[in-house]
Formats: sequence, C-alpha cells, structure tokens
Amino acid sequence: MEPVTLTVVSAGLGKPSSTRLLADRLVEAVVRRLDARTGELTHAEAQPRPGGGSVQVRVVELRDLATEIAHHLVTGFPGPALREALESVERADALIAVTPIFAASYSGLFKSFFDVLDREALDGTPVLLGATGGTARHSLALEYALRPLFAHLRAAPVPTAVFAASEDWAGGDAHTADLPSRIDRAAGELAALVGAAPAVRKPRDGSPRDEEVVPFADQLAALGVQ
Amino acid sequence: MQFGIFTVGDVTTDPTTGRAPTEGERIKAMVAIARKAEEVGLDVFATGEHHNPPFVPSSPTTLLGYIAAATERLILSTSTTLITTNDPVKIAEDYAMLQHLADGRVDLMMGRGNTGPVYPWFGQDIRQGIPLAIENYALLRQLWREDVVDWEGKFRTPLQGFTSTPRPLDGVPPFVWHGSIRSPEIAEQAAYYGDGFFANNIFWPKDHFKRLIDLYRRRFASYGHGTPEQAVVGLGGQAFIRRNSQDAVREFRPYFDNAPVYGHGPSLEEFTEQTPLTVGSPQEVVDKTLTFRESFGDYQRQLFLMDHAGLPLKTVLEQLDLLGEEVVPVLREEFAKGRPAEVPDGPTHAARLAQASAVATAGA
Repeated sequence: MEPVTLTVVSAGLGKPSSTRLLADRLVEAVVRRLDARTGELTHAEAQPRPGGGSVQVRVVELRDLATEIAHHLVTGFPGPALREALESVERADALIAVTPIFAASYSGLFKSFFDVLDREALDGTPVLLGATGGTARHSLALEYALRPLFAHLRAAPVPTAVFAASEDWAGGDAHTADLPSRIDRAAGELAALVGAAPAVRKPRDGSPRDEEVVPFADQLAALGVQ
Repeated sequence: MQFGIFTVGDVTTDPTTGRAPTEGERIKAMVAIARKAEEVGLDVFATGEHHNPPFVPSSPTTLLGYIAAATERLILSTSTTLITTNDPVKIAEDYAMLQHLADGRVDLMMGRGNTGPVYPWFGQDIRQGIPLAIENYALLRQLWREDVVDWEGKFRTPLQGFTSTPRPLDGVPPFVWHGSIRSPEIAEQAAYYGDGFFANNIFWPKDHFKRLIDLYRRRFASYGHGTPEQAVVGLGGQAFIRRNSQDAVREFRPYFDNAPVYGHGPSLEEFTEQTPLTVGSPQEVVDKTLTFRESFGDYQRQLFLMDHAGLPLKTVLEQLDLLGEEVVPVLREEFAKGRPAEVPDGPTHAARLAQASAVATAGA
C-alpha cells in the first residue's frame, strides 16, 4: 500500500508560532487516525506493512517562502523552493491548512500562496481547516473566509474546522468541547476521507498527458468546423 | 537553424535617464533594429501585435511591409498575430499581400494575446479564447488554400463565394507557428496541422516548456507529419551582452530592476539562474543557448528579445552587433554539430515552394 501523503500549510509568522503549534497538533492527530486505520486494513489483508511509516508528512512554512511568493505574484512563475512547496500541495492525498486570523480573515500571505497555486491543484483533495487568533470572537472566519476559498478551489474541506484562541491553550471555556477533542474530531473526519473514493484527480506531476489533451478533431467538431 | 529577434514594441522609460521615446521614435527604432538584424546576418525579425499603450505595433503588416522594402534577406514574422480578435479574412489578405511585397520572406505566429480587454474592444468574448483560435485559424487556412470559399462558423459572418486576394505567393501560404505559454490545446493544434510550435520560453523555468514541446512533438508524429524530431520548434530567449561579463551585469541591472514584466521581483541573479535570460559575455550567451537544445531537442528557430525595458536604441544596436558577430556564428556552428540529417531546417518560402512542387510532380 502506498504511503499517504499529508501536506501541511502553516501561515504563522512568529517563531515559534501558535499557528504552527496548532498545525502540529492536527498532524499528530491525523497521523494517529490514519495509522490506526492502516493497521486495521493491513490486518484484514493479512499482510505485514513494510517498515511502518504509512503517512508521509510535509510541512510548508509560508513564512520561509514569503519572498518567493511575492516574486511569483510579480513574475508569474515560482522560484525553486516555492515550486517544490506547490508541488507537494498538488501531490498531497490530504491537506491541513492553518492560518492566523488577521483583520477578520486569513492572512494575506496565506491567501497569496493559494492565489499562485494552480487552479486545479486541489480538485477533490480532503482539507482540514485550522486558524488561530487572540480571541474566540474571530473563530467564524474559518466558516466565512477559509471555507469558501477552499470551495472555490474545489477541495473537500471536512465539516469540523479547528480554531484555537489564546485561552484554548489552557482550558478553553465551559461551553465548548476542549481543543484536544475538537482536534480529534476534525482529524477523524479528515482521515475518513483519505483514500475514500477520491474525486477525479489530475496527474500529480503537472505534466499534460496525451490522453488529457482533447484530440483536435474533437475540438473542431465541437465548433462544427470541417 | 534560423536566428533572429522578436520585439514587443513597448514604449518604456529608460530608468537611467528618465526619458521615454515618443511613439514615432520607437516605431522608427524598430525599423532601425530590423535593418540592423539583417546587416549583422540574422535571419528573422518578428514583431508583436498590441492594441493598448505602452505598445506601438498595432499594425504589424504596415511595419513589416516597410521593413520588407528596406531589407533583402530578412524573414519577417510576428510574435504574435492575434488569431482570436483579428478577422481571419483580414489576416489572410494582409499577410498574402505582404508575402508578395516581401518576395516570400514572411511567416507568422498565431497567439491569443495576453491583454483581456482586447477581446471586448474587438467585439469578442475572452471566455471563447481557445474556440476563437481554433475556428478562426481553420478559416484562415481555408482562405489561403481554396480559391473560392463558402464558410459558416460560430464567430463571424458567413461567407459565400468569397475569394481572399491576393492569392498566396506561388500558391504557397506563409508558414505558421503557434505560440503558447501554457495551453496544451494550442500545442495540439500545431501538431494537428503539422505547423510550427513556438515556446516563448522567457517567463517560466524550462521544465514547463519542455512538457509542452514534448507533447507537441509526440502529437506531431501521431498525426503522421514525421518523427517527433522532425516537428518544427521555435524558442524565445533573451540576453544582454557585453564583452566583459561584469560590464553587462552593471549596465543591465537598472533596466532589469525596473523592467515592466519582471522588475521589482527577483534579483537579476535569481532570474538568470531560473530562466533563459543571460546577462554576460558572448560566450555565456552561447553556453546558455546551447543548453536549450539539450532540453528541447534540435530545433528550427531561435529568437532573442533584445530591445525592451527602455534600453536606448544605440545600446540595442550594439547588442545586435555582438549577437550577430560573436554569438550567432558560434551557435550556427555548434548547433550544426551532431544534428541528424532528417531534422528539418527553419522554414522558408523557397523550401516550401520546392516541397509543394515535388508533391505536385509526384502526384502528376
């Protein structure tokens, strides 16, 4: 069985950043869920899994790519490090995307990264959305800003999006489930989508394949040209 | 193998002097540049087509017709002709006319353009870009190949009993390239007709263009026009040359840093590493250009962008001296080495006429 590729996009600016902290917690929960599932599958198929490591995680820290992202906006093509990051997002079986909430929405850096991503790169990709902010009053930005963005990209965001306010790193409040249980619920939703009847996905190396090209005779026929 | 230059025709302020040429000066400069290209032994001059400032070449056949009268050997071409928003009937007429005036020294490159508003300005819908490119070109081909055309399509008034005049010179239509930055559909179109495919090659790292060209070569062969190696490929490139590499970098940097297309982005060093741009000595331009063959296979036409970003005419003419005298002769020699005999030369009217005659004789 091919290892599952999990790519994480973190748009935190601090070092260390609470956005990255949330991203790491989400990764850990998703990997745990996927490992549990792969274990069951392996057991059912009665085949030992060679060498373990059924999930390959790649973390993309947008802070390190900030200059290349700006250059891409200007020149229309990615530098080497950004290109590698974009490809890892395109190739991912599942994506975790986490941003700080700035001025009532995702950060500009976060949006710029998805602006330069190929428009079809996330077609059908399961995505777990996460965000951080100083107060829980910003939490709905996940629903009114991030979720529509990923709907536009035709990704498949899972129902639970995880917001971590400052107080969540302590006990949270009395009215909502605590952060670990929200993380766990979202991770379960993401793991359930990985490998489950994937939507039509384009080849992940981005190259046009012969069979992808509409034969020219068909293009002419569609226009009624002889 | 053909070597030449292509111009965007931009009016750009020289960042070192703060002065921009007038439109008239820029247009006359383009003529001077074309004449220089012939003088230093280049094969091709190609002009862009634009319909908005700061660009001047809205009327390519006027410019090329004038240059035709001022030159004797230079092939006149376009980079690109807007197949989406020009009436294909007018393209057929204009370029057949130019063919006669230039004694066959004409070919052209089809493109869709990169300026959105040009579509509505010319009464078209940008969402129909690819279908327009396909239908219009199919009509253009028919107008050049059939004396009397009946036509009905989606995008223009039908034609009944229409003859495009003048007829192509010697009954041989101009060779056509299709230029594209990212559309496999256009590579497929070029392959289908056995036309040339031109990869601008300037704005992206080469892997992207390699995938498009490989696709074009495979499809060219599958449509029965020859082997993949016989497909007709053209490439862009750009260079700033001084005998001494450091002088080239020092002189070009302000133009690079302020260039309309990529200025205020990556450094000159990053950009030269990631794209075909070379800023350096003639030998460095030779070395970089030779890598194109390694990436894309033996090809037919290499065009350089030399006159942009506000470079003064005097500098551009010096650049062409260096390109024509110290770069291209070495490239001709090097590209000839190990070039398989079955790889075609760059297209010329004479060769196409000979081929057409041979086909006609064989068929008789």
